[in-house]
Amino acid sequence: MTPFSYSRASDAADALRRATAGAKYLGGGTNLVDLMRETIERPAALVDVTGLSATIEERQGGGLLIGAATRNTAVAEHRAVRERYPVLARAILAGASAQIRNMATMGGNILQRTRCTYFYDDEGSQCNKRVPGEGCDAIEGFNRIHAILGASPACVATHPSDMCVALAALDATVHLRSAGGERVLPFTDLHRLPEGRPDIETVLEPGELIVAIELPPPLATRSTYRKVRDRASYAFALVSVAATLAVEEGRVKDVRLALGGVAHKPWRAFKAEDALRGQPATEQAFRAAAEAELAHAVPLHDNAFKIELTKRTIAAVLGELAGEAA
Amino acid sequence: MNIVEQATKVTKTAAQGLMKKAVELAPDSWIPGGNPDPLIRQQHGHVGKPVSRLDGPVKVRGAAPFAAEFATEGLVYASVAFSTVAKGRIATLDTATAEAAPGVVLVMTYRNAPRLKPMPAFMSAAKAAGGDSLPILQDERIHWNGQPVAVVLADTQEQADHAKSLIHVVYEAEAATTSFEADKARGTEPALFQGELMKVEIGDAETALAAAPHRVDATYRTPRHNHNAIEPHAATVSWNGDELRVHDASQAVVHTAWSLAQVFGLDEKQVHVTSPYVGGGFGSKTLWQHQVLAAAAAKLAGRPVRIALSREGVYRMVGGRSLTEQRVAIGAGDDGHFTAIVHTGVTAMTRHNAMPEPFIVATRSAYAADTFKLDVEVVHLDMLANTFMRAPGEAVGTFALECAIDELADRLGMDPIELRIRNEPDKDPTQGTPFSSRHIVEAYRTGAERFGWHNRAAPGTRREGEWLVGMGCATGTYPYYRMPGGAARITLTRDGRATVAVAAHEMGMGTATVHTQVAAERLGLELDQVTVVYGDSTLPGVVLAGGSQQTASMGAAVIAAQHALVGELLKLAGNDSPLAGLKPAEVGGLDGGLCKLDEPERRESYASILSRAGRDEVTAEAEAPMPLELQHWSMHSHGAMFCEVRVNAVTGETRVSRFLGSFDCGRILNPKTATSQFRGGIIMGLGLALMEETQFDERKGRVMNPSLAEYHLPVHLDVPAIDVIWTDIPDPHTPMGAHGIGEIGITGTGAAVANAVYNATGKRVRDLPLTLDKLL
Amino acid sequence: MSIMINGAAMSLPEDPRVSLLDLLREHHHLTGTKKGCNQGACGACTVLVDGERIVSCLALAMQYEGRAVTTIEGLADGNELHPLQQAFIEHDGFQCGYCTPGQICSAVGMAAELKRGAPSNVTGDLSADTIAFSRDELAERMSGNLCRCGAHNGIIDAIGATFAARPEVAA
Repeated sequence: MTPFSYSRASDAADALRRATAGAKYLGGGTNLVDLMRETIERPAALVDVTGLSATIEERQGGGLLIGAATRNTAVAEHRAVRERYPVLARAILAGASAQIRNMATMGGNILQRTRCTYFYDDEGSQCNKRVPGEGCDAIEGFNRIHAILGASPACVATHPSDMCVALAALDATVHLRSAGGERVLPFTDLHRLPEGRPDIETVLEPGELIVAIELPPPLATRSTYRKVRDRASYAFALVSVAATLAVEEGRVKDVRLALGGVAHKPWRAFKAEDALRGQPATEQAFRAAAEAELAHAVPLHDNAFKIELTKRTIAAVLGELAGEAA
Repeated sequence: MNIVEQATKVTKTAAQGLMKKAVELAPDSWIPGGNPDPLIRQQHGHVGKPVSRLDGPVKVRGAAPFAAEFATEGLVYASVAFSTVAKGRIATLDTATAEAAPGVVLVMTYRNAPRLKPMPAFMSAAKAAGGDSLPILQDERIHWNGQPVAVVLADTQEQADHAKSLIHVVYEAEAATTSFEADKARGTEPALFQGELMKVEIGDAETALAAAPHRVDATYRTPRHNHNAIEPHAATVSWNGDELRVHDASQAVVHTAWSLAQVFGLDEKQVHVTSPYVGGGFGSKTLWQHQVLAAAAAKLAGRPVRIALSREGVYRMVGGRSLTEQRVAIGAGDDGHFTAIVHTGVTAMTRHNAMPEPFIVATRSAYAADTFKLDVEVVHLDMLANTFMRAPGEAVGTFALECAIDELADRLGMDPIELRIRNEPDKDPTQGTPFSSRHIVEAYRTGAERFGWHNRAAPGTRREGEWLVGMGCATGTYPYYRMPGGAARITLTRDGRATVAVAAHEMGMGTATVHTQVAAERLGLELDQVTVVYGDSTLPGVVLAGGSQQTASMGAAVIAAQHALVGELLKLAGNDSPLAGLKPAEVGGLDGGLCKLDEPERRESYASILSRAGRDEVTAEAEAPMPLELQHWSMHSHGAMFCEVRVNAVTGETRVSRFLGSFDCGRILNPKTATSQFRGGIIMGLGLALMEETQFDERKGRVMNPSLAEYHLPVHLDVPAIDVIWTDIPDPHTPMGAHGIGEIGITGTGAAVANAVYNATGKRVRDLPLTLDKLL
Repeated sequence: MSIMINGAAMSLPEDPRVSLLDLLREHHHLTGTKKGCNQGACGACTVLVDGERIVSCLALAMQYEGRAVTTIEGLADGNELHPLQQAFIEHDGFQCGYCTPGQICSAVGMAAELKRGAPSNVTGDLSADTIAFSRDELAERMSGNLCRCGAHNGIIDAIGATFAARPEVAA
């Protein structure tokens, strides 16, 4: 680990003041500390923001405002989340281990970085995400866990978070604060696709701080998250699906669908949603929607299976939600 | 190895062959184990009791000190820099920034490292323990991607790690051989394992195969694996003049001490290696370059050194199991009788070790057949030396063999257990020697009944919701070994307490507990009157905790030492003792003293003998006899492994829902610790079956998943309740009637899972691991 | 600046790079907490902070100023083992013993989570107030603690016997 200074912020304004050039905000540390130990991250200063807002507030109209320093466990355990946003509770519980969820903050989870093994191999591999322009060893290497949607010739990495897939499906927004003031961003606009600069993963400005995540009132009471992985627990997703579905008289009234493990960002499946609205809530329609979403998927050497796997998982999750609705 | 060396070795093997024949033909009574161990008859003592681990309290308190936990005055911490090319030389090496970094004591590279001899590679000499025989920081040459190129010592680990990141190396890379397929295409070489050519030809198997009315012929592939003991390799090392002290994590303390002595040009007695607790080994905790680097750096710095490898460091420096590509072909008659068994293939090793993954060893003794063709070929790659990992050979070899049997049974329309029983050999099918103890058929029958095998349905026909359910079985087998060099010392005091000392190891197998039971029983003492000391290179014996042979080695050594002790005691007892005139062989331990074995009332207590002789204690040390029994009998453990899986029809995810291991491994010495060992092997087998793979990127020859996050081990939720039963039939020719049981659990397990997956889905996967993409 | 470790105030390091794990092991010689991967993947370093289980390898020690840490050394009451420690011996919930302190600390934290009704990934009904100590629930919740010797059955048996059968045991 490269030497750094450490300080603790008392509130958001204090955090912004402390976040000088080269500084990074520190949440639970579950990803950042690991990356620093691997010398992939070398901040000059850490500003500990775990003392910032960690409350879960009811919003008028039925939404929730979750402070960015709230621990993952607290969110998954919260009564309102379990009852109104089961997709979020399930996504969080599907991620990492209990110990890590006890440490990880909402803000930190959102900003976690890819598990691409070439990204992690600071000494021995080329990675455009670490060193822009250096090249990507993953494209011709082990890429079973890599992207099939939205990748670029510069980067085929995926975003590893489960929680973020649920947030994408829930139409969440993120409340950001910087020296210039506050802004609210749709969650799906926060993360970037890699294009030519995979090192830039979000649209956050330097020093900008995530202060809260807002969940709008749920679209439907039924929502869920399904994660497909290489062992029964404690593994990153090969593919995951977050969905919420409203069915009326056998037809899809509305739907939100997001995918994990397939792209550089939590992937909102707008094409599938468009294909589904107003359609009969049937297996065929679910499969057709999945086909529409994956029509432009591009497989790599090791991950072609993800295309079929994603389609099947989408159809199964929607089928399960429709079945509950029936 | 060049051709001349190879030829010499083959000739030597031929000479050994003659000796071997003589041993085969000798009367049983000349052979160790020819007369059954008297302990086998004792059924109501300490042996066979489910005694809880004696080291349990200290372990659950976190008070057991492991190798990286010995505090020493003036200790400095090591951090190792690894090469990033597979072959070539260091062109420039800039250590100035690192040397100037805070807390740094020194940076050791090939420029300033002391002159060292290479480690004697494991199996190149009786006490050789080295993972490879390469120069260690002696020149600028690079031999594998991940080779240590520099060691930083600093006052704290944080400082050492940071300084290491400041070292700048430029390599002049050379074309490396890192592709298995490409090297295979250039030609393979025959494999020599423990001095033996891995080749068996009996009759003309290919012709018999071609003529067989039924046959299977397929290729199976298994990937590289890493041991992943949860304790990373570590050592705390210091010099006192010319004496080297090593707190190690070791399954070979004496081998390590001797090998380090060769490296540093010392006498073996100048190196003291201890390892009271080992956080898992599985074949990996021998001598690798890190202990040498730590000792060399400690010498250079004049300070004690702690080297605790990072998890990545373990992957870069400590070899794992190599990959295999195996062809198994079996020809059978209409009745299922095997007319041919062909098991051939290729594995990768290096020019600097002596370990071709010997995947045919189980096949040599598993089934009767009219003809055999078995062959291991190797290619040599520029990679970290591969090594022994739990059941080397058998773990992956039984995957191929036992899947093939299942495929053949399917083709014959025969129950796979019935097919196995029909081909049960009455003597070793390739050696011709009698089996010392073989009850696999009984293990199968008992296991099948308990598991509910008769409920197995046709492939792909049982479904519960999204889940396809199937059952599979396979035979597990592992040889009984006893290596030469076992010795033990027993010290008996007048208060009736005994200390048994053997340079053995406790890595969690239960050694300390089980051998306390055995020694107490043999000496006629209570458990709390016996202390077993181990894990120290200054103790008697050359005992490897490997090859599932430590129990046998210790058992035979303790028999010899007790025999000597009884001799001493009879001398001390003199003519006034009820024991007067008896020979040691007629006498055994009972109730705190000695008695005539067939006349137990004729006895005298240890206290009485010693006090009459005016002695506070008596000590005897003895060596076990050479393990000639291994050539006189065919000695093996067996297991009938039963598995039920659920395969998700949507996602292809496989979950093992039930598992039963029905074992035939001689007498079980402690049912509690034995159950754990069996289960442990099975669980590692579930990992092998479903998820484990070391990703070796052939472009650079680099391991790409050197992490417990990306190399998947089974987690709690992957592990069902595992049922374990055993025949408990003693092997009349082994100490205590027991067999080692550390490795057999992983054998057969991969095939049992794969066969169950086939039964669930109708899909046959021949490439491990059985990940979901292969089942979609 | 100090941190409470097993009830005693102890110093924090000057170097902010020092993890809570290394603070315990290297600075205060509390080596019961183990380092298995140093990257949050194995759980061997699990300790309790104010009763919650965390992996101490990913925790910078300074972040825990003023917090109360319980390690494996702090579970027993003098010579009296914690009931779970005793159950690990009884059910043979370990072999080599290296992952054991982490498993035990994790299980103590886990039992508290279960008792307060916190759901897990295998909980069927998220809105339920109470959750059974079923084998699957225990196994899922303990999946952050790797064991390579394969003591999984004994570990789950020990936890079940301690907390499910005896709800009065303080988690």
